[in-house]
Amino acid sequence: MKIRATQAIMECLLEQEVDTVFGYPGGTILNVYDELYRYQGKIRHVLTAHEQGASHAADGYARSTGKVGVCFATSGPGATNLTTGIATAYLDSSPVVFITCNVGENLLGRDAFQEVDSTGIAMPITKAAFLVRDARQIPDVMRQAFAVAATGRPGPVLIDFLKNVTAPSQEIDYTFIPWRENRENRESSGMQALNESRRTQKPEPDRQDIRILLEMIAKAKRPLLICGGGVVRGRAHREFRAFAEKLDAPVAITLMGGGAFPGGHPLTTGMIGMHGSRASNVACDECDLLIAVGSRFSDRVALDPATFAAQSKIVQIDIDRAEIDKNVVTDHHIIGSARRVLSLLNEEMPQYHHEEWKTRILPLRAPSAAPESEHLTPQQILEIIRQRAPKDAIVATDVGQHQMWAIKYLHFDYPGQLLTSGGFGTMGFGLGAAIGAQMGNPDKRVLHITGDGCFRMNCHELCTVEHYGLPIVSVVFNNGTLGMVRQWQNLIYDKRFSETTLDRGPDFVKLAEAYGLRGFRVTNRAEMEDALEQALAGGNGAVIDCVLDADEMVRPMVAAGSPITDFLLNEEGRA
Amino acid sequence: MKRQLDTKRKLYTLCILVQDIPGVLSQVARLFSRKGYNIESIVSGETDLPGITRITIGILADQGMIEQIAAQCSKLLPVTAVKILDEETSIRREVALVKVGAADRNARDEVIQLANIFRAKVIDVGRESLTLGIFGSGSKITALIGMLTDFGILEIAKTGTIAIERGRSTIYDDNKLKEEYDYGKHVL
Repeated sequence: MKIRATQAIMECLLEQEVDTVFGYPGGTILNVYDELYRYQGKIRHVLTAHEQGASHAADGYARSTGKVGVCFATSGPGATNLTTGIATAYLDSSPVVFITCNVGENLLGRDAFQEVDSTGIAMPITKAAFLVRDARQIPDVMRQAFAVAATGRPGPVLIDFLKNVTAPSQEIDYTFIPWRENRENRESSGMQALNESRRTQKPEPDRQDIRILLEMIAKAKRPLLICGGGVVRGRAHREFRAFAEKLDAPVAITLMGGGAFPGGHPLTTGMIGMHGSRASNVACDECDLLIAVGSRFSDRVALDPATFAAQSKIVQIDIDRAEIDKNVVTDHHIIGSARRVLSLLNEEMPQYHHEEWKTRILPLRAPSAAPESEHLTPQQILEIIRQRAPKDAIVATDVGQHQMWAIKYLHFDYPGQLLTSGGFGTMGFGLGAAIGAQMGNPDKRVLHITGDGCFRMNCHELCTVEHYGLPIVSVVFNNGTLGMVRQWQNLIYDKRFSETTLDRGPDFVKLAEAYGLRGFRVTNRAEMEDALEQALAGGNGAVIDCVLDADEMVRPMVAAGSPITDFLLNEEGRA
Repeated sequence: MKRQLDTKRKLYTLCILVQDIPGVLSQVARLFSRKGYNIESIVSGETDLPGITRITIGILADQGMIEQIAAQCSKLLPVTAVKILDEETSIRREVALVKVGAADRNARDEVIQLANIFRAKVIDVGRESLTLGIFGSGSKITALIGMLTDFGILEIAKTGTIAIERGRSTIYDDNKLKEEYDYGKHVL
């Protein structure tokens, strides 16, 4: 069947069961948007205020639904505005297909209006970047892009179409091949090329490697599990939980692993690393077998690789071979998807009991409800959220102190419940991600937890929240400072608060109102309870501006590059 | 057991097989610039397999560095095989074209004699210059160039190092490591 090239782009999206795309139109992508106009009933387009917002929204959509997110932008500034979002998705292995258009073939490389080498820019921050110069390649490239984004270790892919490729006069042969149909039919020539050099037709974890790990487990007296982002991406939470319970070992959770293991589970020791709990960090220091699943031992987890789990054998389970021995040298590894490896382990592993070890580690978990105080504290805010918001509410955070507090005081129980920029640490990620999550999960409550610094970066997306009638509640931890940086200045830079004081507008309540949303300012516990109640009850979005002390700190804290139990700051209530 | 890595720097040759698609060379090369590593030499050429290009990169590195780079290369989708070769396990060769000033017959004769000693070939002769072509190890080429300096070198064109493993084993051989990298690249 002959159809227009742009029509093929839309049909390929439908093949992949895409029903929502995020984006922002412009000159070179006009033809694609013209086609989108015809597909209005089938593909919903969410128009953001800025391409960066669209990129984070597509990312948040992908993280929360487990599907591939899609984002459109035009050439030049449109494409470069995506880059922060692409890098954010890349560092956290989130599957997003970014579609941009570039100038026509006749102008390519002539520094034409809004021309930039988009694929070149995207190369270091994507799994693959395609430049499409021939309309006949469209179906092949689209199918490859989605396959690459979603398989293996997921990640972003960029497709850059030249404008002439999308011209209405371009017609190509196209056959609709539903994504779920059998593989032979789906295999396009490009995908064959991707696969033919690969040895195994059906990748399977190595059985010998599994047996070696089972032997190591049998000898271990003090095992510790690290639950990483790979468990979230691979949706291996059920297998992971079964494994943890059979192994009867404490489970430390990385920032990206949040949601993959129930936050309130009796084996959870909380986060590990720079702001890890005492229980997690001490367990890491004292264990004799550390099994990390889908974790790359980033410098925020293994602060000092040389002393990290020094008494322990280290085992890494990961889908990406390049992560093995990258940051921490391991004793053993298994390559495979978390879900497959863990279910193979579960099949053969007996039930263990590590009472003595658990008695050593688990009591170290910091208990304590928020102490009463006149002023509002971060812990109080999050306790109120935990008590009053639905248990399955999706939480999108920005980056900094509020992010660490949210991880510490909220419980996440399923993959995709916590959306946070872990690897890239993108301030301004949260609101876009919340919009994407709400679009992908219309029946769930979505909360956006942010700080005043982060919120100011991308708060223009409140117009998107308002326009689409999204009931997102933004809770702003407003301490009038760039809190995390100030914390470092407080502790390490002798209180020289260089350019971290954010003593400026806007008034977030008025800002919310200017965007047609409801705004609340709260200064104590009662006001917060009341405001959250009202915010959740209304049908539209709201902003709660929580006034906090500038010197609230994230506890505990280990300085960058230090051994994991050298706490610079202890937990509350400890000397 | 945790492995102990050799921390001594030496000249490694990294052989990389890639699918011949646009941008693949810069995709590989940027991995070196990202880490601030200097590429000593880089050669790209066809192989016996259609659509597969072999990129050979010379780099001064220690074992940890070279393994990191090899890992990042292996992970790239268009990369189908990576092999780290060092001096003991491989044959390395380069090609150089050297244009030497040789104004009179005596000078020409001497240059031709030198060429014979080094088993270089005289490829072009003019009234004022000679161009030699030489194929050999890096040290041999450096030695010849050193000798030719006396005559006045007008221009040098050199390829980087190409390398191949000694013995029966090839870059195509399957092994567990390759299989592990392939695991993450399957798209079906």
